[in-house]
Amino acid sequence: MRRTFLTTSVAVLALGVTAACGSSSGSGEARSASGPIKVWLSNNPEEIAWGKAMVKEWNAEHSDQKVTAQEIPAGKTSEEVIGAAITAGNAPCLVFNTSPAAVPQFEKQGGLVPLDGFSGGKQYVEDRSGDQAEQYQSPDGKYYQIPWKQNPVMIFYNKDLFKKAGIDPANPPLKTYDQFLATSKKLVDSGSAPAAIAPAPSSEFFQSWFDFYPLYAAESGGKQTVEDGKATFDDTAGKDVWNFWAQMYKDGYTPKEKYDGDSFADKKAAMAVVGPWAIAVYKGKVNWGAVPVPTKTGMDASEVHTFTDAKNIALYSACKNQKTAWNVLKFATSKDQDNKLLETTGQMPIRKDLATTYASYFSSHPDYRLFADQASRTVEVPNVPNSVEIWQEIRDNFSSAVIFGKTSVDDSIAKAADAADKLAKK
Amino acid sequence: MKPVLTKVFGRQPLGTVFAAPYALFLALVFAYPLGLAVWISFHDYFFAAPGAQVDRPFVGLDNYTNVLGDPDVQRAFFNVGVFLVINVPLTVVLSLVLATALNSVTRGRTFLRVSYYVPYVTASVALVAVWLFLFSQGGLVNDLLGPLAPSPSWLVNSKAAMPLIALFVTWKQMGFFILLYLAALQGVSKDLYEAASIDGASRFRSFMNVTVPGVRAATTLVVILATITGANLFTEPYLLTNGGGPDGASASPVFVMYQKGIEQGNPDTASAIGVILVVLVLAISLVNRRILERD
Repeated sequence: MRRTFLTTSVAVLALGVTAACGSSSGSGEARSASGPIKVWLSNNPEEIAWGKAMVKEWNAEHSDQKVTAQEIPAGKTSEEVIGAAITAGNAPCLVFNTSPAAVPQFEKQGGLVPLDGFSGGKQYVEDRSGDQAEQYQSPDGKYYQIPWKQNPVMIFYNKDLFKKAGIDPANPPLKTYDQFLATSKKLVDSGSAPAAIAPAPSSEFFQSWFDFYPLYAAESGGKQTVEDGKATFDDTAGKDVWNFWAQMYKDGYTPKEKYDGDSFADKKAAMAVVGPWAIAVYKGKVNWGAVPVPTKTGMDASEVHTFTDAKNIALYSACKNQKTAWNVLKFATSKDQDNKLLETTGQMPIRKDLATTYASYFSSHPDYRLFADQASRTVEVPNVPNSVEIWQEIRDNFSSAVIFGKTSVDDSIAKAADAADKLAKK
Repeated sequence: MKPVLTKVFGRQPLGTVFAAPYALFLALVFAYPLGLAVWISFHDYFFAAPGAQVDRPFVGLDNYTNVLGDPDVQRAFFNVGVFLVINVPLTVVLSLVLATALNSVTRGRTFLRVSYYVPYVTASVALVAVWLFLFSQGGLVNDLLGPLAPSPSWLVNSKAAMPLIALFVTWKQMGFFILLYLAALQGVSKDLYEAASIDGASRFRSFMNVTVPGVRAATTLVVILATITGANLFTEPYLLTNGGGPDGASASPVFVMYQKGIEQGNPDTASAIGVILVVLVLAISLVNRRILERD
């Protein structure tokens, strides 16, 4: 019996070691090759509509370099599917839904092609996005993603529920933390809505992008959570933001339990933290208004920063025809295609002078003007190693201190910052 | 020549041929990933694109010391311990009692069997939706309990979350274990029950002295299977308590493995957790077997 067990164990280990030692061949010279390529689109219906129209236009002019588009295959998150595809060597040439937070990991996996390697690549990225491009540069100074489009996060509020609670829906007092808390109290105490606002209280690493981070971007005047390899958020601004949310949870204006649906559309919450994509979604369902995220002292709207909620385009190393992929990428981010993206999805292309470039669109769509203005003051997640792990540390400590009130804000924010410091240096 | 062949293929070469496809299947889907996981756990490993030049140095026990010193991992093992302490005994007792009751009923037997089995074959996602409806803040259970409802509510209560998950899994898996016990009960001789009855044993005594020892082998199997499936807990903390919440109170080792290995791109530390989990489950199963099968 013992001998059988030993033999089996050795066989199991040997199999694993053999597998682990297997080497794979190089990708070859694909950079200058042209030909058919595959691209993945997000599964958002508006983006699919834009993507298919864009591909159709490209294919009409390039019969020898046909593009095949499909939605990102189903998975728990797009990032997991893309990560698995990189490992398997079957990632598409372009993914029009690459999360900036996942870029450091994909880069480490050897899954991305630096765009600087193409003639005029760096120039193209910087000319299109201006100063905002810098946030998307990797620590080695290269661009492994093109900043594509963003959804600057703001506070949506339900005008009918505000009116019901006796709050002026045209000028809701939501500028300062004190005003926000007082407005929340009125909304809940009057029975207008069960909750004032309901950001997801769950533990996923990205949830902090919709509670902590937009307010931190605003309060700090546009700081990222990690700058120059060091965590920034264990400062007065960070603590103010954590304390504000802690008060919201403690007073019961924000539920600790996740709502299984859209709390804003279902009128279970009177406010929501969303981007311009929400305009089309809530059209005809909610009589909404939008304001910038609050700050402690009520910063002027023209100074308030927020989180980008951007999705970018990256070129993957498994691509055999990278020259075509690069040309498709440029075509898809051209002034004309960006205009079509804006018209079809309402999402903001990350372009310098967005409001003036598409002035006619914003004059005929006044709802989007506020977001276009906000788009010039957005903060991206830092492009640092172990980005997802850092966000998970922030989320876990935020949950403990802010959502569930188990630990002190000062201790937890210091703990998260300490972990972020170590992870960013790894 | 013949002894060599016999040595390689055994005395029944045809049997070896018949067994070979399954042995190959096991080698590919079980032995290979397990061996690879063990190898990964001793290296600084991450998933890379084919052809990418990456360094994966041997790091000895570093990954193990890292995960054993990680409070999140320690908490996850503690949580799953709480889960097993509730789930395994409850599974054994309820499955055996219900199987015995089912074995003795004559009317509606098929209906009852199907009723017990339906949760087992239904997708966890669908069942979780039902339990969310029952146990959420404004759910049916809290409505019925009124002022007696726990505060914070079940799913965001750090003391109630894991016991609730244990209850959910017990209910969901029960149908399968009842079937195991029903099969085992068919092997218990009716003569023994008659003898106990002649000796004046009550139904409870008869259950304790005839049924329980009569299905001991099945009990060993139920305990081991419940321990293994319980130790692999993932879907329920992921969906029912929104990612191991509240504040990590229902995070399981497999959930932490998912976070570290898949979300954060650290398959080396995730593998170390996996190997520790396998060793612990093996140890618990061996102890269970020793205890349950002793005379």
